[in-house]
Amino acid sequence: MTSFDAIVIGAGHNGLAAATRLAKGGRKVLVLEAASEPGGATRGREFAPGFRSAGLAHLVNRLDADVARDIGLDLAGTDTLLPTTVLDGSGKAAVLHGAYGERIDGVSPEEAEAFAALRRKLVFQAGILKRFLRRPPPQIGALSLGDLSTFASAGFGLIRKGRGEGRDFLRMLLMNVADVADEYLSDDRLKGLLAFDATLGIHLGPRSPTSLLGLYYRLTGEVAGKAGGQFVPAGGMARVAPAFLRAAEKAGVTLRCGTPVGRILADRGRASGVVLGDGTEITAPVIVSAIHPQTTFLHLVDPAESGTGFVRSVKNVRSHGNVAKLDLALDRVPDFTGLPAEARGGRIVLVRSMEQVEEAFNPAKYGEFSSDPVMEVTLPSLTDPSLSPGGACTLSALVQYAPYRLKAGWESGKPAFLKIVLDTLERHAPGLEKSVVAASLMTPVDIEAEYNLPGGHWHHGELQADQLLVNRPTSAASGYRTPIEGLYLASAGAHPGGGISGLPGWNAARHILSGASA
Amino acid sequence: MNAMTKSAADLRRAARNHILAPRLESPFHDRLIALSEVNDWYNWAGYKAPHALFDGELEYFAIRSTAALFDISPMVKYRITGPDAGRYLNRLTLRDVRKLGVNRVHYTAWCDDHGHVLDDGTLFRLGENEFRLCCQERHLPWLLDSAFGFAVDIHEETEEIAGLALQGPTSYAVLRDAGFAGVEALKPFHIGTFPHEDGAVTISRTGFTGDLGYELFVPRARALSLWDRLWRAGEPHTIRAIGYGALNEARIEAGFIVANTDFVTAEGALRADRVRMPDEIGLDWLVDPDKPNFNGRRAILDARRNQSLKHILVGLEIEGNIPAEHAIVYHRKKHEAGLVTAAIWSPTAKRNIAIASLERPYGSKFTEDLWVEIYAMRELKYQKLMKRAKIVPRPFVRLARRTASPPGLA
Repeated sequence: MTSFDAIVIGAGHNGLAAATRLAKGGRKVLVLEAASEPGGATRGREFAPGFRSAGLAHLVNRLDADVARDIGLDLAGTDTLLPTTVLDGSGKAAVLHGAYGERIDGVSPEEAEAFAALRRKLVFQAGILKRFLRRPPPQIGALSLGDLSTFASAGFGLIRKGRGEGRDFLRMLLMNVADVADEYLSDDRLKGLLAFDATLGIHLGPRSPTSLLGLYYRLTGEVAGKAGGQFVPAGGMARVAPAFLRAAEKAGVTLRCGTPVGRILADRGRASGVVLGDGTEITAPVIVSAIHPQTTFLHLVDPAESGTGFVRSVKNVRSHGNVAKLDLALDRVPDFTGLPAEARGGRIVLVRSMEQVEEAFNPAKYGEFSSDPVMEVTLPSLTDPSLSPGGACTLSALVQYAPYRLKAGWESGKPAFLKIVLDTLERHAPGLEKSVVAASLMTPVDIEAEYNLPGGHWHHGELQADQLLVNRPTSAASGYRTPIEGLYLASAGAHPGGGISGLPGWNAARHILSGASA
Repeated sequence: MNAMTKSAADLRRAARNHILAPRLESPFHDRLIALSEVNDWYNWAGYKAPHALFDGELEYFAIRSTAALFDISPMVKYRITGPDAGRYLNRLTLRDVRKLGVNRVHYTAWCDDHGHVLDDGTLFRLGENEFRLCCQERHLPWLLDSAFGFAVDIHEETEEIAGLALQGPTSYAVLRDAGFAGVEALKPFHIGTFPHEDGAVTISRTGFTGDLGYELFVPRARALSLWDRLWRAGEPHTIRAIGYGALNEARIEAGFIVANTDFVTAEGALRADRVRMPDEIGLDWLVDPDKPNFNGRRAILDARRNQSLKHILVGLEIEGNIPAEHAIVYHRKKHEAGLVTAAIWSPTAKRNIAIASLERPYGSKFTEDLWVEIYAMRELKYQKLMKRAKIVPRPFVRLARRTASPPGLA
């Protein structure tokens, strides 16, 4: 029987990034995946005969360049920035070109200038925060030299542009996105877009305190060295998972799919291996859990091996998803009113105003879905024709708000919500409903079941101020190491968070290879 | 009548009605109130409990010379049952519960994740999967949160179970004459079940006095009949009901500590530096690093390895006869070394004794040249006494009859 230096649980992109980095660092790595193929939330599926969805994610907006280079990710088209088109139903589109609207069409010159000023400000501020993303969060009580130098460089970065900028950063950091947008902008479509982007995948409305953090997080992501960019790889999103897999295989990682882990073996604070669903034991000195922290500590590790306080804090991690994923099979390419033809391959955001986002959020607070939801839409088969039969088209949408714990239950709620979503799409693309061949709406409950994602939350835990950095997922398990020696966290639930960045996995692997004990 | 027609004074009175019944009454309240000559009560965990009933000094000598009956009903009690009860308690507490046999009791303590002591108490194993945990403070939220992942049922039974401590050299004689046949077979920390009326009483050979003694538990409804049964049998053996003042003296002699008197419990501490690890309050012997994982294990072992323990609990013998309660302890008469948490002139040891919490290295490395500064109030003037203190082992009083088996009759 082969022995391994490290076992990675979960072959999502973070698990594969961690495994590849570890293998490149000389470790013999085994990746165990419960599903029949790797990819995690980037794993594709056939949702209707002849129609495929490339997975939960339909865009890449934060794949870390260092990670991609380091693990040897072979993905083409990563430099082609896609536009975002905001459609408010009036037929007048606002199109943001380049990285998060370096250039805007469809708004007044004054508004374009105001947006440019706000964009500069936010990109600068996100740049201050970005330096914390590529390293483990600082450990309170055990700050390293590296931590101090990161703090220092953040400080210098802040005052580089004068004290005014430093003050403004501290003023804005925990503000809500609505007040910031109001300070700068007057166009409801742009304000609506910022509100949507700041809150997508987070249980906050634009007027909720700290909602600006979500937008900062988006802007810490770079594409082609540009903050806020987005792309779909050449050939489509279905190329993402295989690219991570190829990188891992090239590095010598062993992958076993259809191999769910039943238990993580631990004794008196020390992890020693895993027990598979079929009872097989595999031992290794390092166990990297690239799945949800709550699954890790509430189901795989015997609670007796954790402290009561730790279990309590893991249970308290807020991880209830709020976004539904819609995949539509259409018999032809939909025609969104006002959408320029050259922007069809990009991201389409259906939002009228900030108020619409706020009012869409209100019912979610009380366990109800939005009656007037907001969404972002892509047409994946335009980039990847293999997803649909010739002439047909697929549409992918992330729709919010759709709370995980729906008061009325999703069994009756899902058809009602699907109708609302389809009606909304029909208003924006007349004739779309008639062209629907099949519709697959995944509520957070479905996402949970399909991707083994507790709460159906793609960040593996709310991305909010109290669950970031030194508190991600919870203070005693921040910084990748956990209270159980030899067991590490490497999923989106670890710092810095979700999205296809590869950073949680890569950071975790680097931390393990550094041999740091804290 | 409604608020419009009630006078303001009536409304105020109604709003403070709660003070008419400010404290709970123990199941033995009727007997205690009848015996109380000095009307000296204190608040024990929300219960009205006697500090003294007739004379604190005579009550103390009932413990050491005859038989003393002390109401322990206010002690917080949890019933823990279920197939995982043993495993659950093994993770919760410091000692190895696997080594605790059925019908046995052990003294133990439990910590939070940081290794800070939440409380100490006694764990009764009443069956393979049935336990009673007795302690000073309330812990239901902690116990329930600890139950995640365990098939276990946790139930607070403080109010429904009445408890009595019967302590002193004639305590066995009292039980025998009360008709508890077979009680002589109980060795220290053993539990037995004996018939009482149409039910049963659980008797353990345990106590908080360092003397021969027993603790008895019955459902609330049979509390008074149990008291009367003991009282009738006890009269020839000079049984006395006692208050906490007398018990406290006996427990200091026995070297036992009291939560939130000799140390501050982790959940009760307001100040970050007041919490204590087991090794800092003399409970290092409870910690079992070889048993399966338990709350605080890593922090405690780390602190030992890194030598980052900050405090130490010691027994002191102090010259003179003035109790040094809450006196500051000095090294070489000038460096503050700690605080006396409990002190008495010991009537049995005939020594001036104290329990003190010292800041390491005092008490660990520097064990000589210790002094306590006693402020003795003499007619509205403090007389400051600097007295020499010597670290001595606990217990201060060791009585052969405590462990004698079979137990003696007097």
